[in-house]
Amino acid sequence: MAAQPQRIALLGNPNCGKTALFNLLTGSRQKVANYAGVTVERKEGIMHTASGRRIQVLDLPGAYSLNALSNDEAVTRDVITGHSKEALPDLLVCVVDATNLRLHLRLVLEARQLGLPLVVVLNKMDRAKHLGIAIDMERLARELDLPVVETVSVHAHGADELRAVLDEPLREAPPAHWRQPGVEQVLATQRDVLGIFNRTVLQPAEDKDPSIRIDRFLMHPLWGFVVLALVLFATFLAVFSGGDVLSGWIEDAFGAIAGAVEAHMDEGLLRGLVVEGVIGGVGGVIVFLPQILILFLFILALEASGYLPRAAFLLDRPMSAAGLSGRSFIPLLSSFACAIPGIMATRTISHWRDRLTTILIAPLMACSARIPVYTLIVAAMFPNDAMAAALVMVGLYVLGIVAAMTVAWVIKRSDKQASASPLLMELPAYQWPDVRSLVIGLWERAMIFLRRVGTIILALTIVMWALYTIPSPRTNERGPQRSIAGELGHALHHVFAPIGFNEQISFALVPGMAAREVVVSALGTAYAMEGEEGEVDEQLRERITNEWPLATKLSLLLWMVFAPQCLSTFVVVKRETGSWRQMWIMGGYLFALAYLASFITYQLTNLLTAH
Amino acid sequence: MDPQAANTISLDQLPEAGWAIVSGVAVPAEPAARTLALRLLELGFVPGEQVHMVRVVRPSGEPLAVRLGHTTFALRRSEAVLIQVIPAA
Repeated sequence: MAAQPQRIALLGNPNCGKTALFNLLTGSRQKVANYAGVTVERKEGIMHTASGRRIQVLDLPGAYSLNALSNDEAVTRDVITGHSKEALPDLLVCVVDATNLRLHLRLVLEARQLGLPLVVVLNKMDRAKHLGIAIDMERLARELDLPVVETVSVHAHGADELRAVLDEPLREAPPAHWRQPGVEQVLATQRDVLGIFNRTVLQPAEDKDPSIRIDRFLMHPLWGFVVLALVLFATFLAVFSGGDVLSGWIEDAFGAIAGAVEAHMDEGLLRGLVVEGVIGGVGGVIVFLPQILILFLFILALEASGYLPRAAFLLDRPMSAAGLSGRSFIPLLSSFACAIPGIMATRTISHWRDRLTTILIAPLMACSARIPVYTLIVAAMFPNDAMAAALVMVGLYVLGIVAAMTVAWVIKRSDKQASASPLLMELPAYQWPDVRSLVIGLWERAMIFLRRVGTIILALTIVMWALYTIPSPRTNERGPQRSIAGELGHALHHVFAPIGFNEQISFALVPGMAAREVVVSALGTAYAMEGEEGEVDEQLRERITNEWPLATKLSLLLWMVFAPQCLSTFVVVKRETGSWRQMWIMGGYLFALAYLASFITYQLTNLLTAH
Repeated sequence: MDPQAANTISLDQLPEAGWAIVSGVAVPAEPAARTLALRLLELGFVPGEQVHMVRVVRPSGEPLAVRLGHTTFALRRSEAVLIQVIPAA
């Protein structure tokens, strides 16, 4: 008897419901990493077949064709044609959308040429029945000469038939004969697809998909934009109001932990390290977790429902003025949570210049790590005027967007042989987001963030604490002003004086270069403030209100809008573009922009307020 | 079908809410455009298929939302111009 499959790979068009099926099959037994050498997400998991055997499942990136256009498609092609470091799977599970066989069957015919055993999965069968689409499964299996099973990836038992098929012995596949097709071959394959489709699928003459009617409204030149504005407004409202409440709870919890530790430890260096360094530093960053997760919840839900591609559609024209296409919208929206997932989301942009431009401008979107610094300074500027403070906050966001579009426009203008960037994308049918996939997606984001907090940010806060605590050899006195960091801040002060930064700001910027979240706690340390999170914030706000000139406050705000301040972003840009040069270009232009903007602001404000 | 027939237009000329039958895709020699044309064929813009213009974003006239079979695609004019169609009466 032939062997049963041990390693399977899921292959399918984007929007075939493959990832929801993968989540149903593997549940929480997933591992997310990157493919060797590229930052295309590699998702692998363990599933149980009907007989209880544990097998490995690889969720390949969605691909319309093996004739790859995007990075995602190239990875999929390389893995299943054996041109990667991955071992070939024993069995390809080709997932097709039962409501859209006409489009998805073509990939099955292409996959049949790979020389790998193949199973065809008709996903979304519930929706197909609902739309009155009847599929002759036996006939389809006969025509394709492949096993065909049906699944409903949103039902708990929706994949039972597939689990059973995976216990059957592997069938022999014809030898591999896939080659990159030309026009004639593509047309011939399409004729085969049409033939099979006509013989196996019976569908109503009238297209009953409600998506068409919804689209006529949601992509209306006027109402479409009104709805889009409302959706974005609701998203950010939820991020700020909901995030605030949850962040408050986290702050309280960390305050309580710090209090407990203080009560049970003797005063000394070690207690200082634990309370101020570790708990204070890590707590100060974890408070953003709610805001990041709420933003991602909205993004994931809007994407799964099919709305985000429509938003990209509506914004294609405005973005083309800056030389981008609507395809850059989703990565840039994600960058408001954090530039890293935003930059990683650019992998679906097939046009290289568009992708690079999107990567280069993603850090200009005001990520959530900037919120606490903005909030601190803006609140210090307008201690009694919430309305003015809110307006300035909005202004900072808008400034980032305008700057990003301007930079994109400049990049486009400087590219002499600029070719028109393509839009061509599918607008998938609207559907309710699958709750399981939302939860798993959020969990992944939370883990990425917490891993970052546990590694780079924890290390930074400890180093920072040490730099502020260890006295510098020159003065050999205690206190932040006389520590190594104090010396460093003093030296940097010369660089930053022309843009109005005092010594405290200058040394808060040192750790801020690595992770901008820590600027607030670094300022607290710089002013030698003690006490819990909330208290430090309040004392800081008062001192900023009273001691910093207006010009300095404005200058620091502008600095925060532009400055390259996140090591992880640098790392991800290097990995995504595969080029140190692009990474330095990004860092360099952001630094230049930040310095210039702060310099002009500082000098101009001083001039105007001098009298 | 003769793509040069008098009633053949390129898809970007099809008015909003209009219906048409695809008669062919122009495959230019330039590599980027050729790749795009191949992808359009692979997505199903092949002779005989029915298309419907769901939305044209005004006033710019693009992008276009085109229904093909059970799928809606977003296209720019520069992409739609490669697809030749015969409008339904």
